[in-house]
Amino acid sequence: MAEAPFGLLAELTHRCPLQCGYCSNPLELVRRDAELDTAEWCSVFDQAHALGVLQFHLSGGEPLARRDLPELVSHASGLGAYLNLVTSGLGLTAARLDDLRRRGVDHVQLSVQDADPGNADLIAGVKAFDHKLVAARLIREAGLPLTVNVVLHRMNLDHVGGIIALAERMGADRLELANTQYYGWALRNRAALLPTKEQLRQADLVVAQARARSRMEIVYVIADYHEAHPKPCMYGWGARQLTVAPNGDVLPCPAATVIEHLGIENVRDRPLAEIWYESSAFNAFRGFDWMREPCRSCVRKEIDFGGCRCQAFQLTGDAANTDPVCSLSPERAKVDLVLDTETGPAPLAVRKVAR
Amino acid sequence: MTNLAATPRLGKGVKTAYDRTRESHVVLFPEGVLVLNETAAAVVGLCDGRRTIADIAARLGEDFAGVLPEDVAELVTRLAARRVVETDG
Repeated sequence: MAEAPFGLLAELTHRCPLQCGYCSNPLELVRRDAELDTAEWCSVFDQAHALGVLQFHLSGGEPLARRDLPELVSHASGLGAYLNLVTSGLGLTAARLDDLRRRGVDHVQLSVQDADPGNADLIAGVKAFDHKLVAARLIREAGLPLTVNVVLHRMNLDHVGGIIALAERMGADRLELANTQYYGWALRNRAALLPTKEQLRQADLVVAQARARSRMEIVYVIADYHEAHPKPCMYGWGARQLTVAPNGDVLPCPAATVIEHLGIENVRDRPLAEIWYESSAFNAFRGFDWMREPCRSCVRKEIDFGGCRCQAFQLTGDAANTDPVCSLSPERAKVDLVLDTETGPAPLAVRKVAR
Repeated sequence: MTNLAATPRLGKGVKTAYDRTRESHVVLFPEGVLVLNETAAAVVGLCDGRRTIADIAARLGEDFAGVLPEDVAELVTRLAARRVVETDG
């Protein structure tokens, strides 16, 4: 039997003031009238906690877009869970943050698009940069630990040194530099976002130097298309984490909506514990029995779990295949073709919730 | 390895809790959870920023047999690598 999950990613809403073209939310965003209501989210938190979840990541979209966020924070905090607020910082005021801190937010993750204000606003699709500076100051003044998260891609990778310096000025305790992973809007915009090999080489050097001297903890998420081995599927499919989408869909990972015929179930229809332990979606890629060659006999299978199931589906049409990023995948040529052809200028589609 | 005179404390944004599902003490921090065994839980509980490693080992010696200051220092070093505890040394 599977073990209990540790973390819940609660995507409270897909509404967001930003329009970042690298967003990992699905192309088909959940509309406001389809979102779980306050009582339904509180029930999700109760069920998740009873299931063994210790850490709630309140995310989106922009969680501050939910007017009932204070109530949700109080409820989740009352369960004794660790509360991580994942925000763009837009809409954050001193009063709002102070209220959320009192209600039990333990940590804030703030997104930043770039260190160059003009380019940052271009990437976000709205004027956001100045709000980020204010938000970071408010978080620091509230005494809350701050993680700055920056998604890296062709349009900002050359500025990584400046981004590290900005995060230090913001007083971040942690900095997550995450190369774009190509799901949802990011996959649609891949041709505009894929960095060049030379960009990555330079950035890797800058990050390595900063790690050696910075007081911040710097987490660097690799650009997997350029690697010889795939990134691990979380800690294994249905092993430690689950995601609840704004409409109550329960997902093994935030990208899993892309896999057709997965049999995704909803908290409005079935208890969370049953979905975690018994649903076909969560059992589809648990353990190692589903694997084919070259994964099945591979020494790395317990390190990377065959890579990402969602990526395998997106690029090869079958989620049980080896992640084609892997140099051992018979379909690696598909990734190489992308790297060879998608590094020129390309238009960027902005993320929008359908009205 | 951490100096025996160091006075470890919990890192910023780190919380401890008892998890009834796993019947274990746990440490919760921004992007992770550590499930602690009995000894580790006792050490973490004593990381108050005042006690030295030597003090912690002496205090643990009252409840557990064979606690060496070096073992406590090694555990603190591992916890510090995860940023669960901080030491100034």
